[in-house]
Amino acid sequence: MRSAVKADQPENNASLVTNRFLDWLQKMGQTTLAFLAAVGRLAQFTGHSIYHCFTPPFFPRLLLQQLINIGFYSLPVVGLTTLFTGMVLALQSYNGFARFSAEGAIATVVVLSITRELSPVMAGLMVAGRIGASIAAEIGTMRVTEQIDALTTLSTNPYKYLIAPRVIAGTLMLPVLVLIGDIIGVFGGYVVSIYSLKFVPENYLHKTWEYLERMDVISGLWKAAVFGFIVTLMGCYNGFNSDRGAQGVGTATTNAVVSSSILILIFNYFLTQLFFTGK
Amino acid sequence: MAAVAKLELKGVYKSFGNNHVLQGLDVAVEKGKSLVVIGGSGTGKSVMIKSVLGIVTPDKGSIKIDGQETTNMNQHERDVLMKKFGMLFQGGALFDSLPVWENVAFGLIQGRAMNRKDARDIAIEKLRSVGLSPRVAGLFPAELSGGMQKRVGLARAVATNPEIIFFDEPTTGLDPIMADVINNLIIEASKGLGATTLSITHDMASARKIADNIAMIYKGKIIWHGAAKDIDHSGNEYVDQFIRGRAEGPITMEV
Ligand SMILES: Nc1ncnc2c1ncn2[C@@H]1O[C@H](COP(=O)(O)OP(=O)(O)O)[C@@H](O)[C@H]1O
Ligand SMILES: [Mg+2]
Repeated sequence: MRSAVKADQPENNASLVTNRFLDWLQKMGQTTLAFLAAVGRLAQFTGHSIYHCFTPPFFPRLLLQQLINIGFYSLPVVGLTTLFTGMVLALQSYNGFARFSAEGAIATVVVLSITRELSPVMAGLMVAGRIGASIAAEIGTMRVTEQIDALTTLSTNPYKYLIAPRVIAGTLMLPVLVLIGDIIGVFGGYVVSIYSLKFVPENYLHKTWEYLERMDVISGLWKAAVFGFIVTLMGCYNGFNSDRGAQGVGTATTNAVVSSSILILIFNYFLTQLFFTGK
Repeated sequence: MAAVAKLELKGVYKSFGNNHVLQGLDVAVEKGKSLVVIGGSGTGKSVMIKSVLGIVTPDKGSIKIDGQETTNMNQHERDVLMKKFGMLFQGGALFDSLPVWENVAFGLIQGRAMNRKDARDIAIEKLRSVGLSPRVAGLFPAELSGGMQKRVGLARAVATNPEIIFFDEPTTGLDPIMADVINNLIIEASKGLGATTLSITHDMASARKIADNIAMIYKGKIIWHGAAKDIDHSGNEYVDQFIRGRAEGPITMEV
């Protein structure tokens, strides 16, 4: 069929190619437009959410609930994650650094990696899995069962009632979790170094503090605040825009975790660049 | 008929993508009257109510409450307007995370800043009026049967003594006796408050019982509108087919 066209009507063949190209352009255009629309929706949602975090009425009771849920109940997960990260970091750096007799740098490597990078990123990702998913599932279920519409009919703004407490709690609590994670992670490295690698405790501790600057810790806490905002916002956004039906809620939950994890890693890069290269 | 209608929709259009749900819908309810809109599943009955509530924004048309246009209201005007409304959702839409009494008292505590103690007393009173004992007040919605959930939803819809109450399929999914109990409660609650009500249903027994007037929606428009007692001789073949529940007739189901 195609070869027949080719042989008999060469000019039609050219228009076939043009049509294909136009089809392709149209698809690209549609995809780009859909992407831009999605970015626009998210930006608008973010703006709304921030606005409603700062305008009354506030819901202190709900905020407290979320502070406890996000802060307190995430402690075990974040604690375990940073503990083992600190421990494995000490082991790995020992393995590597022993090759050029730089074992003395282990304490410094552990404390800098933990405070600047690993504690915020690990805590962010763990909280994305724990909190982001549960927020998306909860708000998604409320969307599907019309509870969000019910809030509106009862003169209550869903942004203020549902979203603001979660976003505020996430932004405030993640730095707290990361600070605790910093301490536990450094402790993990210390335990391995002393009991398994046979370092002298005083020397190790001295090395830990020697090169640590305040900015190392503070930058990690700023990152944590941003990650906490991202996780809770993406959880709310995906839940709020959940499709109808149980499948809609499942998709919303997955999307919340995946999108916030990716955003955490992207923002981590740019925040690191901002803090440590001054650019 | 001289007075302005309590609630009036004129030429309301709403589409979701290519799904043209409302296509020039006109309907009006007089003050203190009860209008029941009947129609098949997926014909846009819920979308009609949600347009009035501002949950869905119509593409075109006018929606007036007490003669005042609502489609172009700002947030503040809308907030004030919402206090006139009570709504019983199709699926109940009770808040899972709150006990029954807080569900009922929600509009009082959050919407009108009443203190929790007083709101709780009113909630228990409202629960009693729909036949639920104070014992139920502390339970969570998930612990209740379907009929009890409907009653709680009803108590919540009337807790703030609204002027206009919407009932979205109040009896769907209930056994006939429980459905009739709910019908009675709807009549009691709305007559007691002197409220104007707009209900939607496809349960004809319920429609006959609670309606002063009945309207039928088909393909996004009201195709018949009249007094409840005239429904059996409407002279409209669509209405006849619907109230007799026949598969044969002008209405064809796209299956
Ligand atoms: N938020 C929405 N987004 C997209 N489509 C919707 C939405 N709400 C309702 N619809 C569609 O509008 C039509 C009418 O729905 P609805 O008013 O709920 O029907 P019913 O008359 O059974 O209450 C259905 O086809 C439904 O899929
Ligand atoms: Mg419906």
